[in-house]
Amino acid sequence: MNRTLLSALAAIATLSITVAIAAPVNYTLPEETAAFKPGPNLEVVQNNCSGCHSADYIRTQPQNEKSKKDFWQAEVTKMIKVYGAPIDNADVGKIVDYLAATY
Amino acid sequence: MLDRRDLMKRAGMAALIAGLGTKGARALDTAPPDTVTLPFGNGERPLVRYPQKRPMIGQTSRPPQLETPFAVFNDGPLTPNNAFFVRYHLAGIPYDLDPDKFTLEIKGKVDKPLKLSLKDIRKMKATEIVAVNQCSGNSRGFFDPRVAGGQLGNGAMGCARWHGVPLKTLLDMAGVQAGARQVTFNGMDAPVMDTTPDFVKALDIDHARDGEVMLAYGMNGEDLPFLNGFPLRLVVPGYYGTYWVKHLNEITVIDSVFDGFWMKSAYRIPDTPNNAIEPGTAPKATIPINRFTVRSFITSVADGAKLKAGHIMLRGIAFDSGKGIKEVVVSSDGGQTWTPAKLGKDLGKYAFREWKLRVALAAGPHDLKVRATNNAGDTQPMDPLWNPAGYLRNVVETVRVTAA
Repeated sequence: MNRTLLSALAAIATLSITVAIAAPVNYTLPEETAAFKPGPNLEVVQNNCSGCHSADYIRTQPQNEKSKKDFWQAEVTKMIKVYGAPIDNADVGKIVDYLAATY
Repeated sequence: MLDRRDLMKRAGMAALIAGLGTKGARALDTAPPDTVTLPFGNGERPLVRYPQKRPMIGQTSRPPQLETPFAVFNDGPLTPNNAFFVRYHLAGIPYDLDPDKFTLEIKGKVDKPLKLSLKDIRKMKATEIVAVNQCSGNSRGFFDPRVAGGQLGNGAMGCARWHGVPLKTLLDMAGVQAGARQVTFNGMDAPVMDTTPDFVKALDIDHARDGEVMLAYGMNGEDLPFLNGFPLRLVVPGYYGTYWVKHLNEITVIDSVFDGFWMKSAYRIPDTPNNAIEPGTAPKATIPINRFTVRSFITSVADGAKLKAGHIMLRGIAFDSGKGIKEVVVSSDGGQTWTPAKLGKDLGKYAFREWKLRVALAAGPHDLKVRATNNAGDTQPMDPLWNPAGYLRNVVETVRVTAA
């Protein structure tokens, strides 16, 4: 391989790296298919939970806990106290009831 | 001689070539099963397709969490970029970022605050390290009693060749001032609600300047995949993935111990020997999670496999937090007797270390076990340890097979 060809290849390599860097990213997630299961107070749950995360965050949690209600009460409390979820006091019980009954 | 792995690689290559040659590309279109079932309660997950990724175990969709199908770990010590696991905390992800406008800021207790473009960083003297990244909660689904959080199997780990610049170089350029205690790292991902704590992590100043912690823009010879932190992520060899901040654009030197939520309250482990406590109880005191525990896996046979009686070559991987793997032993009789395996090529003390061992299996059921020990003498417990967040799992793994 001669020098001209080598430098041409090097130039192409440099160019392709530059192009790679310059390309703006527009990363598109696949359509969100995870959905909340039907259950009591479904709408309250959708309104309060789905702003920050998809329904599969709930669906994949361990089931058949000795106390489902305690488990989900602790999770809802964590969302409010730790992650700052703006959930009305009146909705907390409804959400816990839905989660304990449905998951 | 060809082994199964080579055959699989060749089969994959043949499929790729066939796919390029014919528009139908039947080999590539062969649909994988739509779901996988991880071996714990409520373990069914969809196999999902994301840009830049092969079909992955879909843990959650927003923010995305993708687990590597375990069979990938039998393909070699480097995990392909398109199979590397993905874990986010906050759904405000910079999907539209423009690499030309990307800026890394280094500020705080430094003499000369810096603002660097990606081009500036790529022009600097580069370094490489092969290192495992593993989610703190890898294998959480196996905890008993179960704990809340991402219910992962064993696939929230991977090993890659990271390419970038040492953090030390940048800190030295900025001139760390006397009295500096920690360095904080913030990425472009952000919470949906202002009231949710932004994801910021911290390392002690000496750790940040150890020359190994790096800012990577390359992974296995390519740019970082978007979901693995493009265009720049922190690499903290030997430490759990929580420190490997993605889309990294803000580094701050501080003269205190950082008290942000993701250090002070989250990602804590019990301050006890082995960082374990009685299952189902609460710890008295906690510390931030830090280095990996020692782990090893059999990758060549899956749990529940039916095998032909006779000789079989077992293979797998082992890793630790950077002392390096000293020995891997294997038992084919449920842990009564152990035989040292032959270790594969050493890609560095932070890398997956392959191992293999030929074992004879008589007809009947066998509990295959593997146990690694590192150069500090740390090893894996025969019975699982427990902590309330479901971190650090490293019990000796058992693969149950039947030979006939």
